[in-house]
Amino acid sequence: MPAARMRWAVVGATSVALVATGCSSSGGGGGPSNSSATFSYQSSEPQNPLQPANANEVGGGRILQNLFKGLIDYDPNSGEMRNQVAENIASSDAQTFNVTLKSGWTFHDGTPVTASSFVNAWNWAANTKNNQINSSWFSDIEGYNDVHPSGAGATPTKDTMSGLTVTDDTHFTIKLTSKVAYFPMKLGYIAFSPLPEGFFKDPDGYGQKPVGNGPYQFVSWDHNSQVVTKTYPNYQGVDKPKNGGVVFKMYTTAEAAYADLQSNNLDVMDQVPPSALANYKNDLGDRAIDAPQGAIQNVGFTLYQPEWSGPNTAKVRQGLSMAIDRDTITKTVLQGSRSPASAWTAEGVDGYKAGTCGDFCTFNADKAKQLITEGGGVPGNSLKITYNADGGHKEWVDAVCNSIRQATGVNCVGDPKTDFKTARAAITGHQINGMFRTGWVQDYPLNANFLADVYKTGAASNDFGYSSPQFDQLANQADQAASVQDSATGYQKAEAVLAQDMPAIPLWYYRTNSGYSTKVQNVKFDSFGNPAWTQVEVKG
Amino acid sequence: MGHYVIRRVLQMIPVFFGATFLIFMMVYMLPGDPIAAMFGDKAADPAQVAALRHKYHLDEPWWKQYFIYMGNVFQLDFGTSFTGRPVSEIMADAFPVTIRLAFVAFFFEIVIGLPLGLLAGLKRGSFADTGVLLITLVVISIPVFVLGYIAQTIFATNLGWVTPTVQDSTDITQLILPGAVLASLSLAYVARLTRTSIGENLRADYMRTAIAKGLPRRTIISRHLLRNSLIPVVTFLGTDLGALMGGAIVTEGIFNIAGVGNILYKAIRTKEGPTVVGIVTVLVIVYLVASLVVDLLYAILDPRIRYA
Repeated sequence: MPAARMRWAVVGATSVALVATGCSSSGGGGGPSNSSATFSYQSSEPQNPLQPANANEVGGGRILQNLFKGLIDYDPNSGEMRNQVAENIASSDAQTFNVTLKSGWTFHDGTPVTASSFVNAWNWAANTKNNQINSSWFSDIEGYNDVHPSGAGATPTKDTMSGLTVTDDTHFTIKLTSKVAYFPMKLGYIAFSPLPEGFFKDPDGYGQKPVGNGPYQFVSWDHNSQVVTKTYPNYQGVDKPKNGGVVFKMYTTAEAAYADLQSNNLDVMDQVPPSALANYKNDLGDRAIDAPQGAIQNVGFTLYQPEWSGPNTAKVRQGLSMAIDRDTITKTVLQGSRSPASAWTAEGVDGYKAGTCGDFCTFNADKAKQLITEGGGVPGNSLKITYNADGGHKEWVDAVCNSIRQATGVNCVGDPKTDFKTARAAITGHQINGMFRTGWVQDYPLNANFLADVYKTGAASNDFGYSSPQFDQLANQADQAASVQDSATGYQKAEAVLAQDMPAIPLWYYRTNSGYSTKVQNVKFDSFGNPAWTQVEVKG
Repeated sequence: MGHYVIRRVLQMIPVFFGATFLIFMMVYMLPGDPIAAMFGDKAADPAQVAALRHKYHLDEPWWKQYFIYMGNVFQLDFGTSFTGRPVSEIMADAFPVTIRLAFVAFFFEIVIGLPLGLLAGLKRGSFADTGVLLITLVVISIPVFVLGYIAQTIFATNLGWVTPTVQDSTDITQLILPGAVLASLSLAYVARLTRTSIGENLRADYMRTAIAKGLPRRTIISRHLLRNSLIPVVTFLGTDLGALMGGAIVTEGIFNIAGVGNILYKAIRTKEGPTVVGIVTVLVIVYLVASLVVDLLYAILDPRIRYA
């Protein structure tokens, strides 16, 4: 989720992958639990009002995820898509989707969740004039341009998207502008949540006092201090809460949260501070967690510049990739909080295929030098890696530069920008030269999310200016596949093209390094870097 | 005296406008686009960015933004933060917390700092004097964040006397540890300042006269020595009250207190103009009032100033 993306970029800590492999949690297990007791979770003050389509950072995102539940979500154990409010999402052509809802779902104010609850919420969220940060999530739907015209300052001509049609209370159809086989996979994103009737009368008021349909209902928001929720007794989802609610305690620093965790004033946190990485497994024993996340760190190239766009320059980029000693850097500088990458899709994500990068992601100084020479050398024999200085990236950027310098003799230095927003402005404004830090945190656990949104020609987050007809063609084929699984396989073929062109060098995957207090048990983290909230048991 | 007060109050008006104007300009000049940054690593949607900019008047030139802002302030509307909350509400939450913390710290400065300085100043060269000098030197040379973490580790994590972070900021007892940490540096200065000032005045002519007149020791110290020695200390304490309120960022971070420092730090990072300007404006007023009080105290302590 972009939420996580924000935190990751800013704090340089965290995020997400399919947990399929190793949730090393669930220690201290098996005692009796009190299903009406609440537990506390480390959080940060939401940056926006609590409206589902307006949560773009973890602070608000994780609270909304618990207050709302959409058509589908992802099983925290396997990462697989599972139906929640949806009974069934069917399509014969990967373009029109027929949604059937389960009956019996209600909002926390008692009103029923109907097809209109979804369609009205989506139309409202997509509309430019409602200022929702996640509005572009609806751009696949036919008629999006009517409610959200593309030019800055243009006003919407309609209030509804033609692609959304309500058939009856439990049925509606979604028609997309083009085929996207994996569209249902996107529907687990928080922006696609339903909204109750009352919301539209007072969106601002609801932003301070949200009423959702999720496992937990809103109790109070003591700003900058805590958000209190309690279990909604009428929750119809497959993941019935085993606890009485979550108290989100706001922390400004991970150090403060970690100190509280150690003295049992906080029950679960999302990422231990860098200063505790070396010791947290000793401190917490079997309450320590080390789990993979669906997030990747890369360094990208400015392919829009002539010196990087020549036909042979791909060899230079491949050579630079081979000059980075990922194993050593992740073990020493990053203290095992990352694992070396061998592909552009993060570990464990649906469609992840290890080794797509081939030898190019394996450290080999001789081969690196040879490739760089064959490619005509690095312009001016020197490089800069632009990054944001407020995100804890300095250490590894320096390490990567050292590695490149020692292996190839290319002069390499870090180019820090004051903070995240300044770095982003320089990157999107094309005011940098050579290389920059970039990364991706999954919005949904599928490889398409790591590839289509980043490397397609003109994709919104294609900061490289990368454009490959071959990649685009394979991606489009994958979009038109018959099923999500075929789509994932198709994207694996597209990913292979990235190894030839190397628009960005994959460095490593993120991991969740966390822990929990002695008061709770059965804490497992999913690939989004979130605990399986409803499964946490409070010892009693 | 009345004229003096009025003149001082009138002086506050240009300072108020000048300060808010400068702050407004500086926030505007901070690099980066706050709206685009809301979208994270994901590319911002230009149509939505334009709509949001318009909503927060960020599409206007900065001087116009200043006029819009000041116009609203005079209607007691401090604007809305990106979280959709009125800034006045945010300040109403944060200021009481920081004021409580600042007063706990201020209390320590006066109750511990002053007597320490008095003791050291009256018994110069004694064992107690050397002790005070040594302790204050140690405190001055350790950065506040180190002191904070040490205090947190010893008293919370190891001894378990208090919780590592403040759970409820309305509970004064929970503010004692962070208050002591926040006070530590200024406390050391107060002690040293008092010691020097007393040491100097002990040798003054009027002191010799007072002693020669055979006045009781109590009266000499409280009426003659303290009254004259406190002028530099009062100056320091007055400006320090303002510094305590704005400078609590580090302490509030370590002990996770949702005060002004915390909010201000976050607002500067997200370039949230209305919140930054609102808080700093109030801080400027606090400074102005504190220095006014200091100047009035001067007049009480030293009649020569009153009539000058």
